[in-house]
Amino acid sequence: MNPEIAQYYRVNKLPHIWCPGCSNGIVVRSIVEAIDKAGLDQDKTVIVSGIGCSSRAPGYMNFDTLHTTHGRALAFATGVKLAKPELNVFVITGDGDCTAIGGNHFIHAARRNIDLNVILFNNNIYGMTGGQYSPTSPTGTKATTAVYGNIERSFDSCKLAQTAGASYVARGNAFNTRQLTDIILKGIENPGFSFIEALSSCPVYYGRRNKKGGPADMLKWQRDVCVTQAAYDRLPEEKRAGKIITGVLHHEPQPEYTAEYAKIIEKAQGGNG
Amino acid sequence: MSVTSLKAKLMQGNQACAEGAIYAGASFYAGYPITPSTEIAEILSERLPQVGGRFIQMEDEIASMAAVIGASVTGAKAMTATSGPGFSLKQENIGHAMITEVPCVIANVMRLGPSTGGPTSPAQGDVMQARWGTHGDHPVITLCPNSVQECFELTVKAFNMAERFRTPVFIMFDEIIGHMRERVVLPEPGQIPVVNRKKPEVGPESYKAYEPVDETLVPPMASFGDGYRYHVTGLTHDETGFATTKPEKMAAHLQRLHDKINNFLPEVVDYEEQSIEDAEVVLLAYGSVARAASRAVKDARAAGLKVGLIRPITLWPFPGEAVKKAAAKAKAVIVAEMNLGQIINEVRVAVEGQAPVYGVLRADGEPISPTEILAKIKEVL
Ligand SMILES: Cc1ncc(C[n+]2csc(CCOP(=O)(O)OP(=O)(O)O)c2C)c(N)n1
Ligand code: SF4
Repeated sequence: MNPEIAQYYRVNKLPHIWCPGCSNGIVVRSIVEAIDKAGLDQDKTVIVSGIGCSSRAPGYMNFDTLHTTHGRALAFATGVKLAKPELNVFVITGDGDCTAIGGNHFIHAARRNIDLNVILFNNNIYGMTGGQYSPTSPTGTKATTAVYGNIERSFDSCKLAQTAGASYVARGNAFNTRQLTDIILKGIENPGFSFIEALSSCPVYYGRRNKKGGPADMLKWQRDVCVTQAAYDRLPEEKRAGKIITGVLHHEPQPEYTAEYAKIIEKAQGGNG
Repeated sequence: MSVTSLKAKLMQGNQACAEGAIYAGASFYAGYPITPSTEIAEILSERLPQVGGRFIQMEDEIASMAAVIGASVTGAKAMTATSGPGFSLKQENIGHAMITEVPCVIANVMRLGPSTGGPTSPAQGDVMQARWGTHGDHPVITLCPNSVQECFELTVKAFNMAERFRTPVFIMFDEIIGHMRERVVLPEPGQIPVVNRKKPEVGPESYKAYEPVDETLVPPMASFGDGYRYHVTGLTHDETGFATTKPEKMAAHLQRLHDKINNFLPEVVDYEEQSIEDAEVVLLAYGSVARAASRAVKDARAAGLKVGLIRPITLWPFPGEAVKKAAAKAKAVIVAEMNLGQIINEVRVAVEGQAPVYGVLRADGEPISPTEILAKIKEVL
């Protein structure tokens, strides 16, 4: 491992529990690279996660790490950040964790614009429990609980985050790690709720059942369908179908929750805040 | 606890709870409004920022409990308050705080359930939920005040115990106590001791987050941001804090959670006795019902009946030894509670068949009166 980033891993906890070909490790690497580039104080950086394959990541990351309950990572992280605003708080969450069981916490954390950096590992499936459909599984997806094909429509979690009030929203993927690192870094720099959807891949439960090929094929698929907004705009109409737009999708700084709360404290203590 | 300050005030139970939290050094509250506990949130939303603390109204009770745990791992003394339906929602994360040993205080102002039940009706129907509400084996500390003064003092104590034992502590009172106004004598700062969690004395290199360092079996707790870079997980873990599925490690973990409290029962268990020495009838009641029971004891004594009262102040761990001892000399034991029979089962276990156990049980939103209890005493004697 590159010695510059090895310090961010609990090297003695490796190898990780993820399946061979899982892209979770790639996304984690982009997170630590972004942390490194941002120059965050490692001792003042906290990683919070929910429950799922992706949420096991903090166990391998050399920070203060909090592995919580399924869906609730954002609510735990809200407590961490509000109680000690000087901490840099990251949330690692899965598509089920964030948008199903944790959907309510997701929209409210975004609405508050509390300074959390949220990285959603979107593998379009419930990995940890063995391949049930999730709110981001496309209609028609085959899953262990959708053997005839998923009839539900899927969330665009970026649109959801933006509508709910996130001040920074971006999407990347595990194939294009340079872009992924870059959009996480920009999220860190945004003082507010920063939401980054990282398209990941679960070859074992999503790929196999949906005939997406092996791990490499799934990453190549990401390479082929993901385009930036600028590239998308240049595409002729007939080539736009099925494309997924990546990059920074929304950035509009707004008052940040803990900064606003600091003014409350001042007011309550008799200042003019 | 004896309190001799002159700062007397007329206050509601819920307000006394909020002020007790401030006295104990609470600096964080997260909650979701629910009758009859809402005043605790309202008051703390005003009071906490005055002392540099923080209040947040979360999107639900699940989130509130989560935020409280998140705040506590940064070193804050944190609490939430709720009532029946919200207490149900908090249970999963309460279990997280238990297995991760994160100190926090949960106030439950009990109302009639199940479900929405009677939002403004007093009840004591959540006392077994306090014991077993979250899944899995776990020890529990639950305090149960019977007056506004005790709401204050036991909230301080709840924080102290949470910090001392690194565990969530419940303070459970009913709607009557929560909304009742009484004279309260507020202690001066320092008059009641305030306990703070033990911090590690070693540096990050040798810190094992879940390794006890002394006979308390309570591991010192570093705060997030202090440079210890440790891991907290709701998975069963070993002394390093990292998940394990080794049976002997899992067993040791759960056993220590029990032992850190059960090895110190004399320090934890608290109860009050009234006229119990020669009692032929032993009453047991807690919370607001204990006030009626106390009156009934006085009336019975005036009528020449040998009646005494045991009032658990810690419902959990239950003061079973005191009950057993009193029952040995008694002709009958009567449990009065505002539910259809919960603590009475615990009493039956403690009595060990030494005397018959009767109930004065009520779950209709009405308080239990001294007259009802007295009638039962006469019936069983
Ligand atoms: C309250 C609760 N319900 C259900 C589960 C079981 N469970 C664990 S992980 C998971 C889904 C994980 O899927 P996702 O969030 O997409 O993460 P992934 O494993 O795919 O990374 C479920 C349903 C649980 N742990 N807790
Ligand atoms: S089940 Fe899927 S998401 Fe989970 S580790 Fe395996 S490949 Fe990755």
